[in-house]
Amino acid sequence: MNAEREAAIASSADVVAVRRLVRSAAIEVGLSLIDQTKIITAASELARNALVYAGRGEVRVHVVENGSRRGLKLVVSDEGPGISDVERALTDGWTTGTGLGLGLGGSRRLVDEFDLLSEPGKGTSVTVTKWAR
Amino acid sequence: MSSHADVERRLGELLRTHEEQVISRWTQSADAPRDELTELYRAILRAIEEGGRDLADLRGLLAELSRSRARAGYSPAETSKAVFGLKGALYEIVVAHADDEVLRGFIRFARLIDDLGLFTFEAYAEAREKIIMDQAEQLLELSTPVVKLWEGIVAVPLIGTLDSARTQVVMEKLLETLVETGAEHAVIDITGVPAVDTQVAQHLLKTVFAARLMGAECVISGIRPQIAHTIVTLGIEFGDIVTKSSLADALAHAFRRSGVQVSGGPATRVTVRAEQA
Repeated sequence: MNAEREAAIASSADVVAVRRLVRSAAIEVGLSLIDQTKIITAASELARNALVYAGRGEVRVHVVENGSRRGLKLVVSDEGPGISDVERALTDGWTTGTGLGLGLGGSRRLVDEFDLLSEPGKGTSVTVTKWAR
Repeated sequence: MSSHADVERRLGELLRTHEEQVISRWTQSADAPRDELTELYRAILRAIEEGGRDLADLRGLLAELSRSRARAGYSPAETSKAVFGLKGALYEIVVAHADDEVLRGFIRFARLIDDLGLFTFEAYAEAREKIIMDQAEQLLELSTPVVKLWEGIVAVPLIGTLDSARTQVVMEKLLETLVETGAEHAVIDITGVPAVDTQVAQHLLKTVFAARLMGAECVISGIRPQIAHTIVTLGIEFGDIVTKSSLADALAHAFRRSGVQVSGGPATRVTVRAEQA
């Protein structure tokens, strides 16, 4: 199975829609309740980052397989200003906005695989994966 | 070449003479009450006879029709089809009396109906939007009750997603209730909040600090295992804010803090006495 679902992020209502989308996919893949909540929260953080810093973005949800394990892969991308200092952005408590500064670093800890690609002026793409245990 | 006025006069005549027949046909195709369509028909007739300049009455009628249909759950297509149906109904009459003036009149009439159909669609969409907005507002009000648990103890059971707008309402309501009731303890229960991300946490923290500024102590309850896990992993610190897993624990905590003692087992009567301060 290689189902792929997409959602656009253009308003905070869309962030809620992303959470719902990820929730249904996470249940399908068979993630535990705790892992469901973790990936949903990570999706919420990343989607809100795209909304706040880039104004809009999109989320792609893939169901992935690795041997007998299934997992959920999310790609959250935007065409915003990009992140000039990725290390710093991942530091807890650091933010250029008004939030707590925990979203990006926290998301990295909430998932099993985390890949951040950002080019200043071009945009940011974050790929995260959570495997079912 | 006949003038516009002639064309309109001829069309008006045709509509007037065959009123019964056209309305009957229209009623069949439009699936709408006959008297409603008759009223609309007369308004269209008046508008045509007056040269199609003053459409205010007609628009008012159509807007009313759209609103009532939006509320009754008709689809927008069904609603505007009711208006477009008049073209079909008139077509038969036009074919039977086809002459140059009538045909030109029919084209102008068709254009008018198209405009009116589009207007109906717009009015329908507006009415629907208004319904949705009303519902959203009602939901916002409904979903944020502040309940009194005990003398001096209030609780806010939060259900669903916390966005900025809702948090604002929650915060305001809670602070107002604190003033009204003079309560010194507030419990914010998040059992019904599906996920706590950094934004929700920030909103919660702000609410707690605002309540503190007013002299009330806040307890956050309903922290389920998966939420606790997520909060820890995200690295959110609740500092010295008291959190409990259930509303019952939070109430017990508030009782202890306010000096209320609960005694008695399940089978016996529960007696409560407040210690004199």
